[in-house]
Amino acid sequence: MTTVTQARESQASRALRWERLINMLLPVLAILASFLIGSLFLWALGVSPVTAYTALVKGAFGNQRLATSTILKSIPLIFAGLAVTLAYRGGVFNIGAEGQLYLGALFAVWAGTRLALPFPWHLLVALALGILGGMIWGAIPGYLKATRDMNEIIVTILMNYIAIFTVSYFVHGPLKEEGWNTQTDAVAETARLPTLWAGTRLHYGVILALICLVLVYVVLFHTTLGYRIRMVGANIHGARYAGIKTTWIMALAMALSGGLAGLAGTVELLGVQYRLIDNFSPGWGFDAIAVALVGRLNPIGVLIAALFFGALRNGANSMQTAVRVDVVVIYILQGLAIVFLIAGSSVDNRIRRWLDAWQA
Amino acid sequence: MGETPFLRMEEIVKTFPGVVANDRVNLEVRHGEIHALLGENGAGKSTLMNVLYGLYQPNGGRILLEGRPVAIHSPEEAIRLGIGMVHQHFMLVPPLTVTENVILGLPGARGILLDQAEARQRIQEIADSYGLEVDPDAPVGTLSVGVQQRVEIIKALYRGARLLILDEPTAVLTPQEIQGLFTVMRRLVADGRNAIVFISHKLDEVMAISDRVTVLRNGKDVATLETQATNKAELARLMVGREVLFRIEKPPAEPGPVVLEIQDLVVRDDRDVPAVRGLSLEVRRGEILGLAGVDGNGQRELAEAIAGLRIPEAGTIRIQGQDVTRMDAGDLLRFNLAYIPEDRQREGLVLDFTLSENFIAKRFRRPPFSVRGFLRHPAILDFARRLIRRFDVRAPGPEVEARKLSGGNQQKVVLARELSQEPDLIISAQATRGLDVGAAEFVEQQMLAQRARGAAVLYISNELEEIFNLSDRIAVIHRGEIMGVVRPDQVTPEELGLMMAGIRREGAPATESPAEPVSSNPGGHP
Amino acid sequence: MDMDALIGLLHATIRLTTPLLFAAIGGLYNERAGVINIALEGKMLLGALVGFMVAFSSGNPWLGVLAAAASGALVALLFAYVTITLGADQIVSAVAINLMMLGFTGVVFRLMKAANSGSLSAPTFQEWTIPGLAQIPVLGPVLFRHLPLVYLAFLLVPLAHFIFYRTTWGLSIRAVGEHPRAADTLGVKVRTVRYLTVLWGGAMAAIGGAVLSIGHNSTFIENMTAGRGFIAFSAIVFGKWTPLGTMLASLLFGFADALQLRIQAGILEPLFRNLGIQEVAYQIPVMLPYVVTLVALFFIGKSHWPAAAAIHYDREEG
Repeated sequence: MTTVTQARESQASRALRWERLINMLLPVLAILASFLIGSLFLWALGVSPVTAYTALVKGAFGNQRLATSTILKSIPLIFAGLAVTLAYRGGVFNIGAEGQLYLGALFAVWAGTRLALPFPWHLLVALALGILGGMIWGAIPGYLKATRDMNEIIVTILMNYIAIFTVSYFVHGPLKEEGWNTQTDAVAETARLPTLWAGTRLHYGVILALICLVLVYVVLFHTTLGYRIRMVGANIHGARYAGIKTTWIMALAMALSGGLAGLAGTVELLGVQYRLIDNFSPGWGFDAIAVALVGRLNPIGVLIAALFFGALRNGANSMQTAVRVDVVVIYILQGLAIVFLIAGSSVDNRIRRWLDAWQA
Repeated sequence: MGETPFLRMEEIVKTFPGVVANDRVNLEVRHGEIHALLGENGAGKSTLMNVLYGLYQPNGGRILLEGRPVAIHSPEEAIRLGIGMVHQHFMLVPPLTVTENVILGLPGARGILLDQAEARQRIQEIADSYGLEVDPDAPVGTLSVGVQQRVEIIKALYRGARLLILDEPTAVLTPQEIQGLFTVMRRLVADGRNAIVFISHKLDEVMAISDRVTVLRNGKDVATLETQATNKAELARLMVGREVLFRIEKPPAEPGPVVLEIQDLVVRDDRDVPAVRGLSLEVRRGEILGLAGVDGNGQRELAEAIAGLRIPEAGTIRIQGQDVTRMDAGDLLRFNLAYIPEDRQREGLVLDFTLSENFIAKRFRRPPFSVRGFLRHPAILDFARRLIRRFDVRAPGPEVEARKLSGGNQQKVVLARELSQEPDLIISAQATRGLDVGAAEFVEQQMLAQRARGAAVLYISNELEEIFNLSDRIAVIHRGEIMGVVRPDQVTPEELGLMMAGIRREGAPATESPAEPVSSNPGGHP
Repeated sequence: MDMDALIGLLHATIRLTTPLLFAAIGGLYNERAGVINIALEGKMLLGALVGFMVAFSSGNPWLGVLAAAASGALVALLFAYVTITLGADQIVSAVAINLMMLGFTGVVFRLMKAANSGSLSAPTFQEWTIPGLAQIPVLGPVLFRHLPLVYLAFLLVPLAHFIFYRTTWGLSIRAVGEHPRAADTLGVKVRTVRYLTVLWGGAMAAIGGAVLSIGHNSTFIENMTAGRGFIAFSAIVFGKWTPLGTMLASLLFGFADALQLRIQAGILEPLFRNLGIQEVAYQIPVMLPYVVTLVALFFIGKSHWPAAAAIHYDREEG
């Protein structure tokens, strides 16, 4: 009996390992496939894919300055990718990270330009307010979904537009600096994230991102809160039966998600840009969806995917100058990567079903 | 014509991942006969019929219709060949009317235009000639289960079906409705042109209605017999592969104090219609109260109200004397209540969670499974391994997802989680539904063991046999009211059937509402 | 506000409703068949670009509309394959398609700008004044002096009603969205119904996009749909999945859009001054359509979605 059990367990763990391998391989394959299709597109535009992709890679990692820039561009994606991941695990699809990061940055820029505090306190207050801004913007759709059964996708998308125009209003009006430029004042030195090493632009946001990464992982898989969130996401009826206050958990997951997205905007503001402008974000909130999905809704995966998409965004600038193809081409690559990934998962399911049938 | 059988299915093979559902099955149906297809859940009856109806493509074998080999790739082709099927779970679209449901998928009267008037008239004709009364303009979702079944039969006849497959048609009916269905069935085959395949796992019904019977076991056909030349015992042995005890031996009950007390309870269903209407009952320590009734008479809503998943509109629920009427499932955790839900995949389990994650669903808040909000995985895994052993869950290990288990083993996971907490009160809703005999027996044994331990059990089932076997007392529910509470040795199945159809038994708790009008009554046949 | 301003406002409401209406009424078909399509946004955007490009190079706006419809159907085909055949999540797939279309239209349009140093202006449609009807006071100028596409969009509403409730196709579509297995057992080709409705919805959404780029103005702007695809989707929900309701919801959102344009243009300034408001920053009115949509969805609360919405159907799965 024990040997049979052991054999079954080892067979199962082999199957489990295979599943994990596929889970890791699929995103890689999906990205390769998206680049392949992307090269067809480039070729159709009369651009050599080899030249373009070479420029892309060089632009992302060519020298220390560029590599730093890639990391800097990945930071907002890590925060926002974690935001999407956390909500998705709780059964809420947060497409509103873009709006939440705008609101976070707005709160943070107010703190950074309108408050006068000594160094660590000013920074901490700005960070906290940034989180709060995103949280508020995330909690609203979470609350509406939980209590009024309103589709969170539509609500978050509509709120993205409202957030972007709200920020625009403040940039043009109440928070505008003196002078011709439509931008806010720069946040005070005391509210900025210090650089990690003198001579580089790498700032303490990197550390913060890694801390959040570990936090999200621990919360999701090692706490009762994470258990509740995952259960609500996996089967809301089962969760209700287990005595979990599902509406409250959904709203909470969205609020936490919004807080993380708010940090994405806040850290970018306090670590890199210092001023808020129209079109402050090049679409990190949308990239975050790709980051979360390609990262398979797993914090480690999010880290890798964020670095990858950060490199893509950074490299695309060089590609633009080298072959005159616009940066927005990366949206095509991201979209294709998601399509291939989800198509790949369902094909993988079919193959596995087919293999099962064959073995039986 | 008498020589060539209506239908021959030869050496049919159908496999699913990990399962051979049909293993070289043969079936022959003659003109003018009612042919029973008998077997346990999972024996392959429905699979075989889905192959015949073109829903599944067989991996081997062939089908002959009136001597001609046919390939049936879709239901459309089956319909064209004169095959009609009434599925166990009705294939009706609730928001559409009876007429719309009947003409769905048929070509329009003039091109693509719908001609409802003509369709309505033909439905009326069919209804009249076979005694299938129905209102053609009623939305199907508003009709009772018995009437919905008539719509299904009309749907098949409207398409010119001559070979009618009825998949477990009696599961949702009262004994009286079943008699009505049997009358319709006999009328349908009376002229010798048509034939019916009657799928069932109930021996009494097979003996009562069929001319011949084919028995399936584990995906194989084990015998085809003339019904007159066989008997229940032989069929049971063929079906299960061993002798079956028709009664479980159990020691007499020693009921203690009242654990669950329900008074004048009113609960609304998802459509906001009262489903439980002024119901009262009580369950004592150490007894099993069986709740018999046709599906859809408020059992689900009652169970959910007790389990804290549905807030009652009026009345009270008391557990151990304490009022829990408005408590939700979270509040009820401290009452040590076990609930085995009707839909184990939807409510009982989280299919994408591992077994160990499922086991702690109601315990994760407490040590040793969590300390100060942090999960303790070693303790969780250890606990899972113990439960898997104790409840004999056939699974590769505690870290496998619940989705990957068979139905019987999934139910064992639910039982393990619920019963291992040594509950004071157990609400069990259709706990053996969809399980094979072995797994069902396991469930019943567990219930008796809990009773012996001193738990109060409310055992909801629409399998009368099971109710008779397990219960110390039987309450019958009809349209959300209790029609009477009786002892199993003081009542016949026929009497119980009358109660299930809404006839109140003497001495039943009186309520103010009179009997329902016949037309809207699931038991309302002449 | 005087009469002319009111007529202008209502005329603009009809005009601005048109792109939404194409997308929403088209999308209604696949929604009723159980395919949730928030990729309307991407398809509108593509339609706007393709319509503009083809009208620009051919000189014929009608060819632009046809090309837009074809491009929308093509992307819809990809969406249909991934979701209906491969069974991928409809929402995630739609999000991916929206991203792709944002990138694709951006790249192609910038290349087009680079290749054409002169002005990028495509021929537009002319208004059709309906003789007789256009003379009716108030109603005439509001309803009967529009682009041909506007009349077409509003004709799609009774057409959809007729198809849904009076034809076998409509019966099949409604059944597939509620209970695909039941429909399948009666020989309704579930996949075919879903494919065709998704293709039709894609084509209509793209025409809606083309109305933006070559209707009145003759420009393409990056991301010019600015969420109208999502608003169209909301119109379906708010309209409770009926053609008439969807049209009324679209009109509400079109009205909000017309109103905000008027506020921006300063037409309502006297009114505001009477209310004591000196200056309205343009960002406030621009938010109006989004806020109105949100509020509308808030008040509709729980609504009855088609029972099989967003659920993949596979015949051999339990």
